[in-house]
Parts: sequence; C-alpha cells; structure tokens
Amino acid sequence: MPQQITIAVFSENKAGLLHRVTTSFTRRKINIESLTASQSEIPGIHRYTIVVEITPADADKLVHALEKQVDIQKAFWYANEEIIYREIALYKIRAEAMKDGSPLLEVVDRHHARILSVEKEFTVIQKTGRREATTQLFEELEPYGILEFVRSGRVAISRPMKELKDYLSELKVSSLR
Amino acid sequence: MSTKTKPETATPSNHITGSEAVVRCLLEEGVDLIFGYPGGAIMPVYDELYKYSDQIHHVLVRHEQGATHAAQGYARSSGRVGACIATSGPGATNLVTGIADAMIDSTPMVCITGQVPKHLLGSDAFQETDVMGITIPITKWSFQITEASEIPEVFAKAFYIAKSGRPGPVVIDITKNAQFGKLDYQYEHCEVVKTYVSRPEIGKNELQEAADLINSAERPYILFGQGVILSEAEEELKSLVEKAGIPAAWTILGLSAMNTDHPLNVGMLGMHGNYGPNVMINECDVMIAIGMRFDDRVTGNLDKFAKQAKVIHLEIDRAEIDKNVKTDVALVGDAKEVLSLLTPLVNTNTHESWHQRFKECDVMEFDKVIRNECDPTEGMMTMGEVIKNINQHTHGEAIIVTDVGQHQMVACRYAEFKQTKSNITSGGLGTMGFGLPAAIGAKLGAPDRQVIAVVGDGGIQMTIEELGVILQTDVHVKIVLLNNEFLGMVRQWQQLFFDKRYSATEMINPDFQKIAEAYKIEAKRIDDRADLDKSIEDMLNHDGAYFLEVMVGKENNVFPMVPSGAGVSEIRLE
Repeated sequence: MPQQITIAVFSENKAGLLHRVTTSFTRRKINIESLTASQSEIPGIHRYTIVVEITPADADKLVHALEKQVDIQKAFWYANEEIIYREIALYKIRAEAMKDGSPLLEVVDRHHARILSVEKEFTVIQKTGRREATTQLFEELEPYGILEFVRSGRVAISRPMKELKDYLSELKVSSLR
Repeated sequence: MSTKTKPETATPSNHITGSEAVVRCLLEEGVDLIFGYPGGAIMPVYDELYKYSDQIHHVLVRHEQGATHAAQGYARSSGRVGACIATSGPGATNLVTGIADAMIDSTPMVCITGQVPKHLLGSDAFQETDVMGITIPITKWSFQITEASEIPEVFAKAFYIAKSGRPGPVVIDITKNAQFGKLDYQYEHCEVVKTYVSRPEIGKNELQEAADLINSAERPYILFGQGVILSEAEEELKSLVEKAGIPAAWTILGLSAMNTDHPLNVGMLGMHGNYGPNVMINECDVMIAIGMRFDDRVTGNLDKFAKQAKVIHLEIDRAEIDKNVKTDVALVGDAKEVLSLLTPLVNTNTHESWHQRFKECDVMEFDKVIRNECDPTEGMMTMGEVIKNINQHTHGEAIIVTDVGQHQMVACRYAEFKQTKSNITSGGLGTMGFGLPAAIGAKLGAPDRQVIAVVGDGGIQMTIEELGVILQTDVHVKIVLLNNEFLGMVRQWQQLFFDKRYSATEMINPDFQKIAEAYKIEAKRIDDRADLDKSIEDMLNHDGAYFLEVMVGKENNVFPMVPSGAGVSEIRLE
C-alpha cells in the first residue's frame, strides 16, 4: 500500500542536480508532495528532504536509483514513525483582526503559534508543526481573513542514531585491482 | 595514430584556448577518432581539430544521430570510449536517440556539444537549446562548461565516469565563450569521484552464500548479459560454467561473450530467444544471473518467472538488484572480480541429466522452427538461411551489427560467434537506424575484423545517409539488407494480435542498389536461392564496402515467440 514516505538525499550542491533528483521521480510518475533543500551537518554536503506517497518496495527502488546518480552520495527513505518532522507555516492577517480583546489572540496562544511581526496594516503569525496542526490553525484563522499563507516543505530528522558520516565511510571502493 | 602529444618540433604552450584544451583532453584520454558534424557553436573546436588532424581522425557523419550510433559501434567493437561532437541546438537534439540508446545499453560514450555563449544562455539565442535539461534523464552524467578553466577537470571526470562502473553516456556542453577563452592547461586523469562508487566492495558472506547455493543446486542455470563483456570476464565466466557444469544462456547483449558452439552455451533468452533457455527458467532450482538486468523482453510476465528458483544476481549496478526479480543472494560488484572469487568456492560438477533437458528442447525447436528457417528448399529465401550462409563463410569470426526488427532477432538467433565483442545491436532501446552507422563505427574500432551490417528495409532508410561516410572515409563495411518490403516485426504482431490489419507497415521501397551505387558502393540484389552462396562469398571477398540486398519472404514470422504479457514457459514454437 502506498504510504507517506520521506526521502533524504545527500549530495554536493551542483547546478543541474535538482533536475537529476526530480527526474528520478517524474520518470516513475511519482508526485513530489514537498521538497526542501538545505545544508546538512557535513560541510559541502547538501540535503534534499522529499515527501512522496509510494509503497515501501517502490521506495527501495527509488532510493537505489537516486544513489546510482553520480553526484548523489547517499539516499534514505523513512516511514513517518522513523522520523521527527515539522513544517513551518506563515499567516498574514489584517492588523484590525488582531486588536486587543480579539479572540484571535486566544487562537494563536492555544496553537502555540507566535506573532512573528506586527506591522501597521498586518500581523504575521508563525506556526511550526505537522501538516495537520498548521492546517487546523489555517481553518481557525480563515474566518478573520488570511491575506497570505505559505507553508514550507517538510524537514525531518531521523530517529536512528547512525550518523551520515558513518554511512559515507562505509562507501568503500573495492581494493582489488 | 594514438600518439599523446604534439610532435617534438616545439614545446606546446600551456596557456591555450578552451578549444585547444578540448582537443588535448581528448588526446590525453586516448581518443584518436571522433564522429561528428560541425556548426556555429562548436566551430572553435573544429578549428583545433583541423590543426590536430594528424592525431585525431574526425569522421564526418551525415546526421548527428549517425555520430552517436557510430560512436556506440566503435565503443562496443573496441572496448574503448566512443566520442562524438556536434553543435548546439539541432545538432545536440539530434544526438538524443543515440544517447538514450547508449544509456540503456550501458555503452561508454562522451558527447561534446557546442553551446551559445554564456551571456546568451536562456535568451532563446540562435540554435540555443537546453541541452542539459534534455539530456539529464538519459545520461550517466552531464556538465555544462561555461569557463575555459573548467575544461580539463570536466573532461577527465567525463571519461572516467563514462567507462567505469556500469558504463554509460556523458554529455559535455561547452559554451562558445569557454571555447574562445584562455586557460593554463594542465591535465590529470580522474581516478575517483567522491560521490560515486565505481567498484563496489564485494561481500565475503554473500560470496559464500552464493557458492553454497550453487553447490547444493541440482538444476543450476546461468543467465549472462553484457556485463560479462564490459568487465572482460569472458574467461572467468567460462571457468565457472565449466567447473560447475552449469548450462548458460545469453541475453541479446551477452551474445559473443562465450563461443556459440561451447557445449554449455544453451542459447538465447528472451521473447524470440531459444526454446530451452526460456522454458528451463521455470525448471531450474538455482538461477545465477550475471551482468544482466532482467529486461522485460527477457522475463516476460514477472509473476510467471522463475518463482521456484533461488536467485543469485551478480551485477555492478546496485539499482538493478531486486528491481524486477527478487534476489536471494546479491553479489554487487564487477563481474570479472566476483567470478574470479566465486569459482574457487564452487564444487566441480556436471549436471548431465539437467543438460539433457535443454537438448530435448533443442530438438523440438529444430524440428518446428530452425529447419524451416535455416534450410528451406522452396519459396522465397528466409532471413535464417542468409545468416546461416554468412556463418559458413565467416566461421563465426565476423562482427555482426544489426538494426532493429525481425532481421535483428533472426541474426541474433542464428549468427555464430567465436570472439567476444562480436555482436553489436540496439537491445534496450530498439533503435531503428542503429545498424548502418553502428557498423561503420564498429569497423573503425576493429579495422582488422570483418564487419557485417545486417539490416532491414525499414531501419536502413532511417540512417541511409550514412552511406556517405562509407564513401568519404572508405570504411569497408559489408551491408546485408534483408528486404521483405514490410516493417516486418510490426507486421508480425499485426498478423498475430491485430487480425492481420497491416496498418502502415507495407513499404514501397526505392531502388537500394542505385542508392548504394550513387555512393560508389559495389551493390547487388538477389532473389534466387541459387545465387545466395556465391553472392555472400563475393561480398566478403570484395576489397571494399559492399551492399547486398536479399529479397526474402514478405510475411515470414520470427519464432519461437513469448507473446507480450505471457510467461516465458508459454513460449510459442509456431
């Protein structure tokens, strides 16, 4: 059965690499639900975090196909229970909706969201959490008028204690010949 | 021709243009032959090729697709990296089919494309196209050079990646400013790429597990592919096969990795392969797949493929393990290396009664298919009898290059081989038009060998312009056109699966003999069986290229056949 799977791809940061990464998905008609690129804990190694809906068997094949790419160092896939993951959402609300005594303040508080910026005409609220939590806040803010909304792709940290550098050190080339 | 530096008359300066650096990089990588077609965005490099023409022979093709297939043929007959070069835009896009073909058939190839100057990138400039974007999905690696200083490192990396691990095509796109720009040239061969494992470490446990499985097997069966040829593991394969007494079948790209007449070579796998090799897939108890990727044309319906067998898969590309067929023991590594470690661990055996099963199948196939195909006495000539006749004259010593279609299947079924790297065909992509240019490249890659292009009347017309290369470069290729005036393989499917509705498969053909003669190629057309033997003999004895058109039965079919979607055991003999 297809399930939500998070794929972590580690590579050097090079022009054209994102295209190589994404073609591994598109040629298999796998829709990318979210994609985040960032640095990793190792200098010079870049990390893509990609969320897809596929079967574990397909995830295995996909990860091997990704690792086969010359510029990709290592790829992993995780079920949701194997990772700690978050997204960040920003909501732009009219200033008047936030005036003293507004029930909105209670909503923000209850969601453990924070007021990021208060401007003359608008306020920006920030919420970090899983998709359901940011969506729930969206629904509660909606009656007050959301001027602009944005949500990042997923970022995820794996639960297993093995570090990337240990995996990389295992990528030994045969000493024969 | 493969001298690596310019003549000693003057020490070459190392402060040179990018375009000169391109040529010197090619020389460093041992390239003495390049297939290509000039144009605006690659002219600076062509200017250097002119100056270095004593060291690099440029073969002017007639269409860039021909350059890729010729480079493929060259790579596969010589075991070296094939090189080709084209201009930007249409020059580059015309390479696409050959790049895709090289990718799926693991052929080492470096393609150089010119590109508009850096400051015009993305401006829809004349003959600008997004070569990187187009070729990324069909290359092993690609890089766009926009500064002259990048050239040496990128070329070194490109050749290393193209030929190491599982080989494949690499594209280097070079903007025109980088060709004109200057650099301080220094070349270092690439031996490692940090993010890329070209030779995986071999698991000792897996080796022992594989050996234990083989030693316990009653009906072991080896399926081998091009990986054996690419890693030059022919002797190692033979040692394993002979020591353990295991029948071995080749995939279409594995052809010639063993001698055809080796007693343990049981024939070809696949949709139009031999009967025994297909049927026995579902009889064996241990399957040892070596340097092959379980293509769907080999496996048929995967749900009916070797479900009873334990599977050992020896493959350098980790992504192939468990991709199509679930593996019990994966031996990820270079075939030569792994086989040399595995064979000492296996026991000597003969498995005679198991061999006998294959031989029984061979008798059935001979009676139902081969006798009629290769020894007909009446009616139009058959493709099989032409191939058989070629065997009788070449004794399996020739390189057979095919196009794609019925003639390809017949040639691959019946051609005999006594040397490795002797079968060159478009296996994975099935590219019509491959044959003629690939044969030209194959001949240039192995000039001392007889090279015979077996082509059909459909495919040859897709790249027939490359006869111009034979004319201009004097390549002594023998072309055997098996003309059935149909796109025969599609027609066969229409006959069998579409109630004989021959949609767009009948060909009204030109006078091929006149075309060949227009290119000053000796040509002959025969339609009488009585003329076959002498014509083949004359063709082979002719000192130069030759074009022999043989009229064959219009509606003959290739059998056996595993119908699309069927299991390999459901192979039809008629």
